[in-house]
Amino acid sequence: MDPAGPEGRGDGVIELVSAQRCIACDKCVEVCPTDVFERGPEGIPVLARQEDCQTCFLCEANCPVDALFVAPLTRPLPDEEAVHDVAGLVRRGLLGSYRRDIGWGEGRTPGALRAIGPPLGPTAPPITS
Amino acid sequence: MTDLATDVLVVGGGPAATWAALAAARAGARVVLADKGYCGTSGATAAGGTGVWYVPPDPAAREAAMASREGLGGYLADRRWMARVLDETYARMNELAVGSGRYPFPAGPDGTPLRGGLQGPEYMRRMRIRIRRAGVRILDHSPVTELLTDADGAVAGAAGHRRQAHEDYRVRAGAVVLATGGCAFLSGALGTNTNTGDGALFAAEAGAELSGMEFSNAYGIAPEGTSVTKTAFYSFATFYQEDGSVLEGAASQGGRAVIARTLLDGGKVYARLDRAGEAARAAMRLAQPNFFLTFDRLGIDPFTDRFSVTLLAEGTVRGTGGIRIAGDDCATGVPGLYAAGDAATREEICGGFTGGGSHNAAWAISSGSWAGAGAAAHSRSLGPGRAASRPVTGAGGAGLRPTGRPAAAGDHRAAVELVQREVLPYDKNYLRRGDRLAASLRALDAGWTELRSGLHGEGTDLVRARQAAAMTAHARWMYAAALARPETRGMAKRLDHPDQDPRLHHRILVGGLDRVWTRPAPKAGVTA
Repeated sequence: MDPAGPEGRGDGVIELVSAQRCIACDKCVEVCPTDVFERGPEGIPVLARQEDCQTCFLCEANCPVDALFVAPLTRPLPDEEAVHDVAGLVRRGLLGSYRRDIGWGEGRTPGALRAIGPPLGPTAPPITS
Repeated sequence: MTDLATDVLVVGGGPAATWAALAAARAGARVVLADKGYCGTSGATAAGGTGVWYVPPDPAAREAAMASREGLGGYLADRRWMARVLDETYARMNELAVGSGRYPFPAGPDGTPLRGGLQGPEYMRRMRIRIRRAGVRILDHSPVTELLTDADGAVAGAAGHRRQAHEDYRVRAGAVVLATGGCAFLSGALGTNTNTGDGALFAAEAGAELSGMEFSNAYGIAPEGTSVTKTAFYSFATFYQEDGSVLEGAASQGGRAVIARTLLDGGKVYARLDRAGEAARAAMRLAQPNFFLTFDRLGIDPFTDRFSVTLLAEGTVRGTGGIRIAGDDCATGVPGLYAAGDAATREEICGGFTGGGSHNAAWAISSGSWAGAGAAAHSRSLGPGRAASRPVTGAGGAGLRPTGRPAAAGDHRAAVELVQREVLPYDKNYLRRGDRLAASLRALDAGWTELRSGLHGEGTDLVRARQAAAMTAHARWMYAAALARPETRGMAKRLDHPDQDPRLHHRILVGGLDRVWTRPAPKAGVTA
């Protein structure tokens, strides 16, 4: 188990838990479908079972303060990767981007209201995905 | 140990499970829902988005909807079931828009609500709220490890482990609905790592049969190294080779085998969604924001940049095989046991071809609702108090009660590696040939014999042991059924038998644990 440091990270596929942002609400511990988190020291969650992370992004979607960032690759990333740079993620508009896109959070419009996909073409075969 | 008694126990936490719980509660039953993960985020739907087979009751539209898939499915679907699923899905989706559902459906330019699709996180969040309001007791992070049966062999509940409370639990019930999803063998396809085929193992141990297990070779396209298998949008893609030339014959539909062969040969395959116009690009982003998560985070513009892709196994999550359905109420033939969603066979509406999200979603809604009502009726028929008073025994075998000398703890890892080695590679499960299927089946049979003898565990190790057993059983049923269909029908393609054989125009039932068997299903219910 690798506790998240001040702007810490585990070795995991979810590459970042921002202890500065985290309000220790346990929501990620509760909602992770593969039980990756555990409550750590001072309530900040730790990535106790990072190898079970399925990169579904749902912890991030459910984090009320955008303290989590799920890296897009399903393998742990090298230390120097940009995903460990909170300021950089904020600047690039990536921290909390999934929650924003599905319209979760105060004052937002549910993304479902605007979810009208493209026609897959008049001659396209039946959609199978 | 938590010890509960209820009328209906629903196992699972995705769409089929929540619709089942809702229907059972509405029928007056006390309902417990036990999910391996968290009801609201578990499973393939919550992590993505899905079309829904939502067709207004206009006779011409309904006829077209039913006719569109019959050939693709190898003429193994059943028109009567298609019609009742279209009716049920239409009613339930309309209900989802109002009352406690309040799903925020989009509207077209003329204000008409568009109910042919659902965003996963929002849909499953609302389904959780709905079942809580209906009085369903939810046990999150509570994987079931075995069914309980009464003296007559009727299913009478389940036992499991509450992994965050670190305690075992038991629920005695008048009836049980298995809505545990399909099996994707921990391939990493989006949202499917909770889908390890547990329900099919439980059902088989209680005496149920499976059907359509040869239709289990679905693979989804994902950017290399990621989980996001959203294949539909690749209909806008052109596929390329390493040198930038177009990979001839590669396509998301009807050309995935070319992609698989190139990857098997050690080559890379690149995609670019360069056939999407401006309007389509914007619409894609609104419809499936999670499709773009990976690209945005990797700094890739999928419309202008070429990116490497891979194929991830989706097994019976997208494939149609599962627990055989023996009645309109989604009974399984085992008293007290019902099946719904991807855990059940979807051949009734899809035959032998993956229905894609839209059919899967419609099947989950419909079969879930019917199974929940059926389970409530069965429980009621037992009379008051029966669920809590009858003596029960555990029906579980492999991974739980070893027949030989118990192996070392943690042995589930080796079992999972074995089954993944025989199922995930494209040249074994996707590009199927009889000789390779037979060799894989022998390896899997040997793996089963070994794990049946020694595999066991306690707590979360028991859960993992049972998952390993379930995946091994699943793979054996898949390959036994594939060998019993030496032809190409629906998605069950055989390189060594490329044509359809009219003598094999029937469904194939499969079952058994220590010895796997197959037999043709009776012809009834199959459209000509």
